[in-house]
Amino acid sequence: MTVTTHDRQLSRPRRTPLTWVRGGGLSSLLFLLPMLLIFGIFSWWPIVRSVVMSFQHTNLVSAPTWVGWDNFVQVVNDPLFWTAVGNTAWFAFLALLLGYPIPLIAAVLMSEVKRAKGLYSALAYLPVVVPPVVAVLLWKFFYDARPDGVFNTILGWVGIPPQPWIQSATQAMPSLVVEATWAAAGGTIIIYLAAITGVAPELYDAAEVDGAGIWRKIWHVTLPQLRSVLLITLILQIIGTAQVFLEPFLFTGGGPVDSTVTILLLIYRYAFQNSLGGDYGAATALSLMLAAFLAVLSLVYFRLTKSWSQN
Amino acid sequence: MKSSLRITAVAAVTLAGAGLLAGCSSSGGDSGDGKVHITVASLIPGSDKAAFTAFDDRVKEFEKANPNIDIKSEEYQWTGPTFATQLAGGTLPDVFNVPFTDSQSLLQAGQLADITAEVKKLPYADKFNENVLAVAKSGDKIYGIPYGPYAMGLSYNREIFQKAGLDPDKPPTTWDEVRSAAKTISEKVPGVAGYMQMTQGNTGGWELTTTVYARGGRMETTDGGKTKVTTDNPVTKEALQWLHDLRWEDDSVGSNFLLDWSGINQAFGAGQIAMYPSGSDVLTSLVQQNNVDPANYGLTMLPIDSSNSDAGVLVGGNVAAVSPKSSQAQKEAAVKWIDFYYMQKLLDKDQAIADAKVLVKSNQPVGVPTLPVFDKATYDQNMEWITGEINVPQENVAPFTDKIFDASLVPEPNKHTQELYGALDSVVQAVLTDKNANIDQLLKKVDSDIQKLVDADK
Repeated sequence: MTVTTHDRQLSRPRRTPLTWVRGGGLSSLLFLLPMLLIFGIFSWWPIVRSVVMSFQHTNLVSAPTWVGWDNFVQVVNDPLFWTAVGNTAWFAFLALLLGYPIPLIAAVLMSEVKRAKGLYSALAYLPVVVPPVVAVLLWKFFYDARPDGVFNTILGWVGIPPQPWIQSATQAMPSLVVEATWAAAGGTIIIYLAAITGVAPELYDAAEVDGAGIWRKIWHVTLPQLRSVLLITLILQIIGTAQVFLEPFLFTGGGPVDSTVTILLLIYRYAFQNSLGGDYGAATALSLMLAAFLAVLSLVYFRLTKSWSQN
Repeated sequence: MKSSLRITAVAAVTLAGAGLLAGCSSSGGDSGDGKVHITVASLIPGSDKAAFTAFDDRVKEFEKANPNIDIKSEEYQWTGPTFATQLAGGTLPDVFNVPFTDSQSLLQAGQLADITAEVKKLPYADKFNENVLAVAKSGDKIYGIPYGPYAMGLSYNREIFQKAGLDPDKPPTTWDEVRSAAKTISEKVPGVAGYMQMTQGNTGGWELTTTVYARGGRMETTDGGKTKVTTDNPVTKEALQWLHDLRWEDDSVGSNFLLDWSGINQAFGAGQIAMYPSGSDVLTSLVQQNNVDPANYGLTMLPIDSSNSDAGVLVGGNVAAVSPKSSQAQKEAAVKWIDFYYMQKLLDKDQAIADAKVLVKSNQPVGVPTLPVFDKATYDQNMEWITGEINVPQENVAPFTDKIFDASLVPEPNKHTQELYGALDSVVQAVLTDKNANIDQLLKKVDSDIQKLVDADK
């Protein structure tokens, strides 16, 4: 495939503006224009602006002043910085532990179901349809720490004492992860289900002929066939969890005792809460640090898994 | 090849996250119809429809008196985050309000317009209570007009007091009495927290400061122009230990320890909390937002430690300010509106009565306790004018109004206030969620963290 494209390019005549126009270049540009404009205005320009802002002291009202690396130094010296990094890593780890295998297991099980498949997919996807804010408010209600709270009542049925849930510095983060997993699993399940459909049935037939049971089929056929999808969802999940904001913001506001202050929540506080719009510099500096970290992480990740992801 | 493309794609997606913040601006102005157009903050989003009708009536009156000014009103609630974004994005109304806590930081950052010239033209410009006006001044320049100053008090639910067998006309007057009342309530009225205070979104620090002032402590002290952060003091420890005992010995503070201003108001309105420290004017919001019946509402003084001469009441309030992005003509119109809407009802008999009548007609509370913007005589005169319209049972707030004018009033700490409050949030939360919280260590950390910020100021 690659070779033929390459050959065709070599045999083409030299490109001039005229051949470009005749070849439909103008209309492609025209079709691209809305996309370019939208991305330019809403993505690329803001990115350029935030890079600039991270070296400035500005409140977007008075004239900005250049401060060099001051914003970065300020962020790293913030006593909450390492707390936020630690909390974010803890959230990412828990989300990985809980949120990564669950959709996979669910998808594999659902693909084995013979009847009412659509019903299960719909049920699994339902939480994704619930607006995130509504979901959090609903779960806040479930997490009521009183003995007659929803979850505590359920725990009571099996003899477990009431838990403080989000009212405790140690339990708050795991509680947020459970909700986040519930809310996001549906989307990943659908991706896995689609990928599983793409696995050639002959492979299962062959495995069956070789005497493989359901577990060996999953282990030797399904999982290897899904590996490139698995690798992508893994890095997407890491990037997603590193940017967790909604759950800590709405559930706990970073508390109790800063136990759920994440990097994005800290960015938000810099920009809006504590400084009242006076510290966009620190906020963008931390955003850039996070972006750079994630970019490097992705790069390393893809390098390391390069051989593994290619068939 | 495939994977490097993927890397680029992922990197681009990641970087897009960084583009979270960017500013764009626009500015309204004077249009071709010869009128000056201004946008003014009206009421808190979610307020009662009748309250909006009352507001619109005031707007119509103003436009009639000032035919060359066109007013557009917009729902507005002060929150740091929305304020900052609205200002940066150019969607902040021309007239808005900011709390005392933040007016100084905002005016120093150029986020409030200088309205000295316009204010000086007002006939009562030199009548302001200078201590109150100070929150909106820098040197000789004026950046806003304070209105509705209030003192912190203890709001309580009279109905719950009765249910618990307590006399709602004799609210607690010492911290020990507050504690025992809270204990009685939580034992006798199931599901109700006897007492609670705010803990989240920097309000935890604000309320802790309030209870510390009442006991005679200070969070910051200034000596020779140098500010020292002093949260690690015996009084703060006492206030925190008191809260700790309510939580861990009496179990009288309920089970939700993540409450901000609107969260606690909601819980109080829903009858889940019996007592909480609040601004003396909170009833207005409780009625508009949380359907609280003024007949069930009681307000008393926070217990002031009479043995300590530093003990006092924390004061707050609002400053009506003008956007720095407004044009000169808009600034003039804006100050006219502030004069009309916020000030005239305090100074002019007819306006005072008219305003009160409109509020009564739409079932809004009239007679909510506040502090004088001008002198005490003007305040008393005003109360006399509207006495026929007052619909908040004054005997319910008498435990507060009888004493507040003799109390010593203390302004909020003014260096890095929000950061200080934010850091104290965590301390309050720690005391409420960890039985073995090390109060000494937590306060030491607050002192050193905030002191660093103070020292870094130029």
